[in-house]
Amino acid sequence: MDIKGRVWKFGKDVDTDQIIPARYLNTSDPGELAKHCMEDADPAFVTKMARGDLIVADKNFGCGSSREHAPIAIKAAGISAVIAKSFARIFYRNAFNMGLPILESPEAVEGISEGDEVEVEMASGRIHNRTTGQEYQAAPIPPFMQELIDAGGLMAYVKRKIG
Amino acid sequence: MSMTITEKILAAHASRKRVEPGELITARVDIALANDITAPIAIKKFRESGATRVFDKDFIALVPDHFAPNKDIESAQQCKLLRDFAREQDLTHYFEVGEMGVEHALLPEQGIVVPGDLVIGADSHTCTYGGLGAFSTGMGSTDLAAAFITGETWLKVPQSMMFIFKGKRNRWVGGKDLILHTIGDIGVDGALYRAMEFTGGVIEALPMEHRLTMANMAIEAGGKNGIIAPDAITEKYATGRARRKPVFYASDPDAAYCDVREYDCTGLQPQVAFPHLPENVHDVREAANISIDQVVVGSCTNGRLSDLREAAMVLRGHKVAPYVRMIVIPATQKIYRDAMKEGLLETFIEAGAAVSTPTCGPCLGGYMGILAQGERAVATTNRNFVGRMGHPESEVYLSNPAVAAASAVTGKITHPEEVV
Repeated sequence: MDIKGRVWKFGKDVDTDQIIPARYLNTSDPGELAKHCMEDADPAFVTKMARGDLIVADKNFGCGSSREHAPIAIKAAGISAVIAKSFARIFYRNAFNMGLPILESPEAVEGISEGDEVEVEMASGRIHNRTTGQEYQAAPIPPFMQELIDAGGLMAYVKRKIG
Repeated sequence: MSMTITEKILAAHASRKRVEPGELITARVDIALANDITAPIAIKKFRESGATRVFDKDFIALVPDHFAPNKDIESAQQCKLLRDFAREQDLTHYFEVGEMGVEHALLPEQGIVVPGDLVIGADSHTCTYGGLGAFSTGMGSTDLAAAFITGETWLKVPQSMMFIFKGKRNRWVGGKDLILHTIGDIGVDGALYRAMEFTGGVIEALPMEHRLTMANMAIEAGGKNGIIAPDAITEKYATGRARRKPVFYASDPDAAYCDVREYDCTGLQPQVAFPHLPENVHDVREAANISIDQVVVGSCTNGRLSDLREAAMVLRGHKVAPYVRMIVIPATQKIYRDAMKEGLLETFIEAGAAVSTPTCGPCLGGYMGILAQGERAVATTNRNFVGRMGHPESEVYLSNPAVAAASAVTGKITHPEEVV
């Protein structure tokens, strides 16, 4: 799966309340959640972004709540991948379960600016900044998580396991 | 070979002699928890998988507490999904409005979670049960759906950090202040992917409800779990309420820690986390003269009986300041009734505070005390993120219940000793 789009940059410790405020959690409908994606970090975000764009953020992206609504909102809004220096633990796990591509690369975060055109090869974890010509290598995905991805996500993996 | 308490509980649930940090294991789950925000997605995933029966009707706990009693039609629909699923699957631990409470106060109180357990919950504050000496951690709804089917979950064994609390705890300093002080030291990702083990003389003497408060906020430092070794205090708490046999684990003296930190509690004052991160921690005296519009006492962090006692003690004989709203939310029905019997609710009402039925409500900006633009609250809750309690331009200061009550009296952030 290859990913290509324009970058929107965010700072450190972007919490799940900024990604999808709790006032919208009376539904789990992806389309509804997508309308409020990143609203408390940037109220105009969903009107500015285009399908396929990427989020690039500093450390500890997705800290706070366990709400799966956060990666659902990002994915349903059309964001193709999130690159961060690090991810909060539960968000990282949820993103995998949701099939939202996420990559850890402090160098890429430092080297990419808002508005840059970036391309990602998910299989290799290579990140290409088309605007500057720079290339970065994301941290490898843990083997067990790769197995989950190959199986089509956690639920498909569980189904296969229980036969 | 030596292990930490976290490693021992994980090894036991993976039917292994030992486990090491970094290893991936499949572990048996004792209790799997979800609420009215997270269970609807878990139930949907469960159905999509083609599964028809849950692994065990006794090991799932469904608690409608976030937007319950139903705050609007959409919330009512979500709560109905839980109710219908609980009825269909004949779940033992479903709590209807009237019996329910804030999940992480309710499950220990009811003896559903016991020392030595492995608990996963689709709620980040599931780490609360570490106060009992259990391994517990928050996950997403899909992970819960998988556990509903298999009774198991996959986990990466975390490295452990040790926090040693020495010295003497001041009168107005409790578990909330100890954990805020810790988060202030290491930051909101200072324990990312790690176990936080709390120990030392101060912890050994710390009452159970304060221990639960400390473990509750491990997630606010990014921790996978917070844990305190069970002891005589744990045994006393578990006696008469534990519905399964507790198992007491303890770290070996030569177990390995990736970090060891010592805090001298002598002289430590109540702590306040300023907006908009729980790591922005200050001594309460540095917050003097910050005026407030609202005070909330409640939540899975500080809504237990001893928290209400502390708030009532400060409030007794005083009135809530003009133009300040004080909202008190006992975390469970039992706490509500005990507080009524002790006369605490009367103290709150006499002082001009509103007392609510149990709910998470305002803690996550749901309802029952939402902030307007530019308003400021002192809350005994756990997060002060942007927009957490209402308008994106409102502010939340986190404190212990005594500071919250004292602040309600004066209308600005106040050390309790100035009021009592």
